[in-house]
Order: sequence, then structure tokens, then C-alpha cells
Amino acid sequence: MEFDLSEEQVMLRDTVRSVLTSAYDVERLRAVTDTDLGWSREVWNSLAEIGILGLVFSEDDGGMGAGHEELSVVMEEFGASLAPEPLLGSVVVPGLLVAATADDATRADIIGGLSSGERLLAFAHTEAGDRWPHAAVATTATDGALTGTKTLVDHGDCADAFIVSARDADGAVGLYLVAADAEGLVRTAYRTHDRRRGAQVSLANTPGIRLGSGDASQIIADVEVSTQSALCAEAVGATTRTLEMTTGYLKSRKQFGVPLATFQALAHRAADMFASAELARSMSTYFTASLADGDYDPIIASRAKLQVCRSARHVGQEGVQMHGGIGMTAEYPVAHYVSRLTAIAHTLGDADAHLARLSGSIKDWDMVTVG
Amino acid sequence: MQLRFTPEEEAFRTELREFFTTEIPEDIRRRNAEGKLKYPEDLVTTTQILNRRGIAVPAWPVEAGGQDWTPVQHHIWREEMALNFVPDLLPFNAGMVGPVIAHFGNDEQKEKFLPVTANLDLWWCQGFSEPEAGSDLASLKTRAVRDGDHYVVNGQKTWTTLGQFADWIFMLVRTDPDVKKQAGISFLLIDLNTPGIEMRPIQLIDGSHEVNEVFFSDVRVPVENLVGEENQGWTIAKFLLGNERSGIARVGFTKTKLARAKKLAAEITTPTGTLLDDPAIASRLADLENQLLALEITQLRVVAGSANGKQNPASSLLKLRGSQLQQDAMELLADIAGPDSLPVAGVDAALANGTADVDSPVWAQLAVPDYLNYRKVTIYGGSSEVQRQIIDKAVLGL
Repeated sequence: MEFDLSEEQVMLRDTVRSVLTSAYDVERLRAVTDTDLGWSREVWNSLAEIGILGLVFSEDDGGMGAGHEELSVVMEEFGASLAPEPLLGSVVVPGLLVAATADDATRADIIGGLSSGERLLAFAHTEAGDRWPHAAVATTATDGALTGTKTLVDHGDCADAFIVSARDADGAVGLYLVAADAEGLVRTAYRTHDRRRGAQVSLANTPGIRLGSGDASQIIADVEVSTQSALCAEAVGATTRTLEMTTGYLKSRKQFGVPLATFQALAHRAADMFASAELARSMSTYFTASLADGDYDPIIASRAKLQVCRSARHVGQEGVQMHGGIGMTAEYPVAHYVSRLTAIAHTLGDADAHLARLSGSIKDWDMVTVG
Repeated sequence: MQLRFTPEEEAFRTELREFFTTEIPEDIRRRNAEGKLKYPEDLVTTTQILNRRGIAVPAWPVEAGGQDWTPVQHHIWREEMALNFVPDLLPFNAGMVGPVIAHFGNDEQKEKFLPVTANLDLWWCQGFSEPEAGSDLASLKTRAVRDGDHYVVNGQKTWTTLGQFADWIFMLVRTDPDVKKQAGISFLLIDLNTPGIEMRPIQLIDGSHEVNEVFFSDVRVPVENLVGEENQGWTIAKFLLGNERSGIARVGFTKTKLARAKKLAAEITTPTGTLLDDPAIASRLADLENQLLALEITQLRVVAGSANGKQNPASSLLKLRGSQLQQDAMELLADIAGPDSLPVAGVDAALANGTADVDSPVWAQLAVPDYLNYRKVTIYGGSSEVQRQIIDKAVLGL
């Protein structure tokens, strides 16, 4: 039983923290998220230089050979600083799919480019009406030509290529590498409420290269679990920071001549926020540790995300309320955290969806055990 | 990070489980599972079996009969006790006065009290709370005035749990009324057979007699029964209350209650299947199971943290959340019992509450009294409000 980070993990955390905190305060964050790209090439290059972009890929493929624990350490820092760089959407998720399917040469080529920061991919999977855990994949692949529409493609606006899920003639789900400038591909970019970017991508007889053979559904499911773990860690970082900001505010803000912290009604609610944040951290840690053990259990994923989403919402809402009017403004960071936490909750299943999965499986166990 | 128990810890768990399931009488464990323990005999029997094996008071110092276990081993021991329905040890002996005497007592007190306390040959009760001193414990008024070789004690204690079975009471008494209220308190051991003591039952919300009021009028207590220095009682009380909170999350206990709720819900038929097929019930169960898991991992984090000798400030949240989840589990069981929870006894008012001889299952008849009884867990051992206050001050610096 060991919950502490290793020395290397602490170094990794401190390095990422230093890059991100020197890059972003609330004003610089707004300036960057207001650009067309929505994130900073400069920060991206710094992250590439210290190896963060290639963190989870094997050394043979040009990565750092680290694992889920390290990814969680990094994502927590992303969450704490609200860094908008698309590490998950443009590198980790598509990269893990490539790593699991492509042949040696393609894999090394693509992942090398992702790790160095020169290449941006996006995973085009969701279609209209899909809602986690449902993914219909109606897009078709006929002799390497893809037709269909992929919605909600995380950072699809800036990708130079897509990993597209499509159904082959035999009904199997395949993953295809499709260049952004391929014939028949049209993308419509959008902004998200948390100031990130995405795109809808439609394909009409668009040429793609199939990555690997056979049905990729299990690979997609495993990567989805990895992504959920990374999102949980990001949410823990954002939740913890929201709590810190709120307690800091309670200590400094005076009303009726005394600091807000002297009002027991507020202080006790802060204690409940602390409890929420700690429970979320526990479940995120548990989730990461089981992935590090090679256990891609979707039930553990649901358990973690249920708690993390609940805690994030509780801490976020209370954070705004206790800041009063200032918490409603875009000039003060708490609102940005709440928006990001809400976006994370709506990605790959919110609390209700995960609770539904657990309720539906409840006869599969007598008692929940750890270990 | 490593969330698995080591092979040695797993072996330790297996050994304990084997012992609990073979050596603790099955009927005691069954009665405990059903919430119908016989007092005091079931507790005495269990404690003495554990004590023969040397595991009745593992948290005590080794020279006082404790075990040199790691925090994780203590955790596993508590967990396996709960999961196998071994009754909780009497907290007044094992968790409170024993460690106090071992830590603050003199050699004669240790020799006289520790073996009989560990073996439950002597049943202790607690004399801390008073009508005007609950969460504000330091306001207590019961006076102890030195008169030669004795203290003369006058005053009233309340919420004295299981005092009706007790032989002795450990007390906080005021020995100096003229100083800051925390500074004038002493810790005294009193034989309940001393003249001038009267114990009166308090009937509780669930109909049970679990707590008592104790009245002291001119009770003469030998000075040798003072633990530690005179007026040092507040330090001892804080030590004791710190110990009290450590095992209070009771994750294992709540796990057994949720497992039971699930099993019972699956046995109750409805026109469309069983109660467990009802999405609202399934959802409540799944939700509570998940909250409990999150608390369990948090508890493991606290346990692992204390292994490095660090104080983890999250321990108040274990009490805060653990007590709420105990209540939620009892509430769910009561709701699963539903209308069958209405009968609880025959009509003869002279008879003790038990269960009525009607077709409603015994567990269902016990469900609401249990639910009502468990409203206490967010009040005792430092109420939820007190725990929030501790988090605010010690963790968040508010």
C-alpha cells in the first residue's frame, strides 16, 4: 500500500508545474484562449522539449516510455493551471490508438511526430446522437473510402490528420488514418464553453489508410478508459485548485467588517468541499493505480468518474457561490474552473451515466472490494 | 503508487479470517449480523477469546499486551472483524481507558487494571458528558474536592453508554474551579459500587436502553485512583478522544450493511421482479457502494500516511463521511423493509422491545429502531459539526 509519488514522479510534477504556472495566470490564459488556435505553440514546444508530449509512448516509438501514473501526474497539473494545450485530444488519445494498431514503420513515424510536437492528430469517433457509453459508428469504409459525419472531434480544428472509426463491409469497426486535406473531407470548427476547440468532420468517399486489421472496438474501449483516467486526474487538479482559491478568498475577503471565514455557515461548507476533493483524489488515484497494473476495468472507470464528477460539481458550484458576484465574472478564475470541470463531466460519461452503469451491474458483485 | 496488499498482509488477513470464523462462536456472529447481540455476555465471550490469542487490544503498547503491528495490519484487523461479524470490542475498555492507563497510569494502576480491562473481567463506562457539557466538554462541572486520602465527588454525568453493565467508570472531574476551564480538570477512576452513586436509564428514540445518567453525591474516591497529575485531565481527554476517532469510519461495518441491503432487496418480490430490479433502489445502492469505496481508499491513504509517521489531517473527514454513510446504509435498510418495519413488539408494554410474533420478518422489524439508533453516530465522538470545525481550523486554516 503506497500512495506517495516516486522521486521521478515528483520531479515530473514540479517540472510541468513550473512550465505551466509561469505560462499562465488568468489574464494570459484568456489572451491565449481568445486566439484562433486557443492554445499556445510556445507552451506546446516547451512541453515537447521536456518530453511531456511523448510521455506515454514507448521508447522504441520515439516516446518516453512512461505510464498512466505519470500521465495522471501531468494531467493534474494541467487541471490545476487550466492549461488549454490539447495534450489529450491531439496527442495521447490518437497516439495510443496508433500505438495499438499501426505497423512498426507507421507507428514510429506518427508517434515520433506527435512526441516532437510537429504533428497534431484528432480522434474522430463520435457521431450525432452518440452519448457515452453508446457509439454507433455508422460511418462506412468501402475499399478504403470513408463516408459519414463525425461530431464533437476534440481539437479537430487544428489536426493535420484524423484517426477515424468506420465500419467495414463485414461489420467490423476499423481505425483509419485520414489526412485533414484529403478529398471530400469538410471540417466545421467550433469553440466550447470552456474556451477549448473542436470540429465536426464530414467525409464523402474520403481516402483513408486502415491501421491494423480486425475489429478495433476493444482497443477503442481501452483507450477510452485511459482517457477517462486522464480526465479524472485533470478534474482532481482543477477541483483542488478551486478549493484552494475559495478558502483563500474566505480568508481575505471582508464583509460586515470581518473575514468571510469567520462565518461558520461558510466555513463548514468549505469543510464539505474539502471532503469532496479528497474523495475525488482517492478515486482518481485508485483508478490510475489499477490502470498501472494493466487492469482496464470499465467498472473501476465508472466508479472513479462518478465520484470525480460529483465532487467536481459540488466544489465548483460552492466555489462560485462563496465567491459571490466576483465568482460569476470571467475576470476571476473560479468561473473558468467551473466551466472546465463541467466540460470534463460531460466527456465520456457524466455522474448519471456512470451511476446508471453501476446500478445496471449491481447484481454482479456482493460487496465492493479493494486490492 | 501501489494499491495492492503485500503477500504478507494477505496472509495476515487470511489468518485472522480463519481465526474469526472458527473460534468466535457462530451464534454470536449471527446475532451480531442481525443486530441482536446479547449484552453483556456476547461481548465478554468474544473479548476473552480474542484476548487468549493476544489480539483483543492490539493498539495498546506492546508491554501492556498490545501488538507491534503496522497501521495497515491494524486496518486489516478492524476490517476483518467487521466483515466476519465479530462484535466490536467494548470501546471504553479497548479504545479509551486501556490506552490512557497504559500511557498515563502509574505502575500499580497498570498492574491492577490493564489485564482485567483487556480481558473484559472489568467493564468500564465513560463519565465525560454532562447536561451542560456536550461538545463543549471542558465546561464540565462535576466537582472532586480533596479530603485527606480521598476525593469527594459531587455532580452528574450523562450519555453513559452501557453503564448498566459496568463495574467501574472513568471520569473527568473538576479539581480546580478557579483557573481556565481546561486547566482545572482531572481524570479519575471510580468503582461504581462506591456509596453515593446512582445510575438511571435513559430510554432512547429506538426504545432501547443504551445510555444512562449517573449521579454522584459525596462519593469518596481514594486518591490512588487519580490517573496522571491532578489537573492534567484535559491532556488525557484529548489523547483519549484522538484514539476514539481513529476507527470510527467503520467502513467494513457499512459494507456488511450494504451487502445485506442488496441481498434483502433481491429477496423481496414485486410485480416486475425483485426490489433490486427497481432502478431507484439499485441506484441508491450503487451510489452508496461507490461513496463507501471512495471513503475506503481515503482511509487507506490516511493509514498509509500514518505509516510514515505523518499525521494525515484527513482523519476528521473519515469520521464525518463514515458516520454519514453508516446512517445512509441504515436508512436504506429501513426503506427496503418498508411497511414490514412497522411492528416491533407484542402489545404487553411490560416486555422489552424485541420483535412481534407476526409474519413481518425479524430483520424488517429491527430496521427502523436501528435506523433511528444510528442517528447517534453523527452526534457522538465529536459531532459532524465539530469535525467540520476541525477540518476548517487544522486543514484549511480558516
